[in-house]
Amino acid sequence: MAEEMQNNLKGKAWKFGDDISTDHIAPGRLFHLRTNMPELAKHVLEDADPEFPNKVRKGDFVVGGRNFGLGSSREHAPTIIKISGVGAVLAKSFARIFFRNAINVGLPVLICDTDQIDPEDDLEIDLSTGLIKDITKGIELTFSPLPDVMITILKDGGLAAHISKYGDFKLE
Amino acid sequence: MGKTLAEKIIGEHAGKEVSAGDIVVAAVDVAAVQDGTGPLAVQQLEKMGLVQAKNPERTVLFIDHAAPSPHKDLSNAHKILRDFAKKTGVDLSEVGTGVCHQRLVEDYVNPGDILIGADSHTCTSGALGAFATGMGSTDVAVGIALGKTWLRVPETIRINVSGEFKDGVCAKDLILYLIGKITADGATYKALEFGGETIEKMAMSDRFTLSNMAVEAGAKTGLIASDATTRAFLESRGRADKFREIAPDEDAVYEEIIEIDASTLEPMVSAPHTVDNTSTAAGLAGTKVDQVFIGTCTNGRIEDLAIAARILEGKQRHPDTRLIVVPASKDVYLDAIAAGYIETFIKAGAAVMAPGCGPCVGVHQGILGDGEVCLSTQNRNFQGRMGNTEGLIYLSSPATAAASVIKGEITDPREVL
Repeated sequence: MAEEMQNNLKGKAWKFGDDISTDHIAPGRLFHLRTNMPELAKHVLEDADPEFPNKVRKGDFVVGGRNFGLGSSREHAPTIIKISGVGAVLAKSFARIFFRNAINVGLPVLICDTDQIDPEDDLEIDLSTGLIKDITKGIELTFSPLPDVMITILKDGGLAAHISKYGDFKLE
Repeated sequence: MGKTLAEKIIGEHAGKEVSAGDIVVAAVDVAAVQDGTGPLAVQQLEKMGLVQAKNPERTVLFIDHAAPSPHKDLSNAHKILRDFAKKTGVDLSEVGTGVCHQRLVEDYVNPGDILIGADSHTCTSGALGAFATGMGSTDVAVGIALGKTWLRVPETIRINVSGEFKDGVCAKDLILYLIGKITADGATYKALEFGGETIEKMAMSDRFTLSNMAVEAGAKTGLIASDATTRAFLESRGRADKFREIAPDEDAVYEEIIEIDASTLEPMVSAPHTVDNTSTAAGLAGTKVDQVFIGTCTNGRIEDLAIAARILEGKQRHPDTRLIVVPASKDVYLDAIAAGYIETFIKAGAAVMAPGCGPCVGVHQGILGDGEVCLSTQNRNFQGRMGNTEGLIYLSSPATAAASVIKGEITDPREVL
């Protein structure tokens, strides 16, 4: 997961509602697959949209509503979203642990007004400028900038890569 | 400028004065993982070349979510934790010992500590006056290896509680009421700090219930100042020497102060599929219940079992409603046996199971059938939580759960008290 972050992302929107929990993303009934992440990833978000794991394509975006990722601390949730090829998760707001975990595994999480995005809209995102273009609608949205400490971790390819690189936190 | 509990504790661990919004690297006193998050933490440590623990005696690996193991893959995951414990000398909490959050408050966490745990309900230990927060496997792995973590100092919402609870109303009803009021993301990224005369008089077990559910409002932790009740609890666990008084400054700056009059509260229930979907138990009376579960890190303590046993003494479960009871730890289990509660539960028709998370996480020991309703004393009722997206989970206090298992439907406990 220590690959370099791409700044320009392009893909299709997969729209989800408010309160998508970690149980929707990586359910407890699949607890035994937590040590087999590629297999767990075949079920990512299937409890919210059964079509998603089979039809999601590399570069697509998960677009949620309020409080995306609420619930458990399971880092498997953002990890399997990333394994499924998703370029970024967009939501009106995120639950705290999911947000932190996503940065730690190198999955961009962007806070923006997702009400303006419809299912299957084509999106282009520039992580460096904070701009989201909805090509289908011809509109532009902005997302809230991440704190510097998270940008550092994300740029290093996640927390494990950051610590491997410096042997310690190098955030200040 | 006065400091909140969160600012005081984080400041002590960062070696400087801090205020809400600051980002710091802070020392970690206690680090914990469980069997759902620990194997990944171990794998990350191997990947980072850091198979080590900075404070092995205060690092704990808990086998509680799938304990005893219901699947060979989970048995192999447990082996990863046991091997890591042998290699590094950290503590391992084996099958049958209990839920991590109960074990952490019983034997590991002290007032003024920072605890990071790879489980969202790590905030439970906040009731001891510790800054206790849930994180993912990699964050806790780094905390285990290096003995530190990075933190954003949270803003604090102060919850002042006054007045006496009516009979049949308890801390669980208070926290469900609060989450219903501020919603499931009403405290995201923030600390909750509970205080006021009702909290000062509240037993330790009820304080744990409040702090346990802070994360269900999105909060990073749920803090309570330490006092004579905290001291007595630590004494009862053989840790009297670890007591210290820690309280917020009187002029601490809060983002918001919420006042609650406990005497106005009713028994509360959260309906599917979010914790903030609250009603009074009376308002949902008559909802048929297939399974009642009494236990978990929220309400599986001896005081909780005592209330349930008092209601179930000499009674029977409704023939269409099964009852599952899981004590939160080995010591709770032993105390419940000594007090006769376990006999009461079994005679009332309960399946009593070994200490652990039980059916709360949807792995085993009570997975719901399609369309089935469970009334549980746990903290979370998300769709699919108990192993089936077609199951319906309601949350309540132990009193409401026990009353409901007798009638076979959601029942205001005052009907049977």
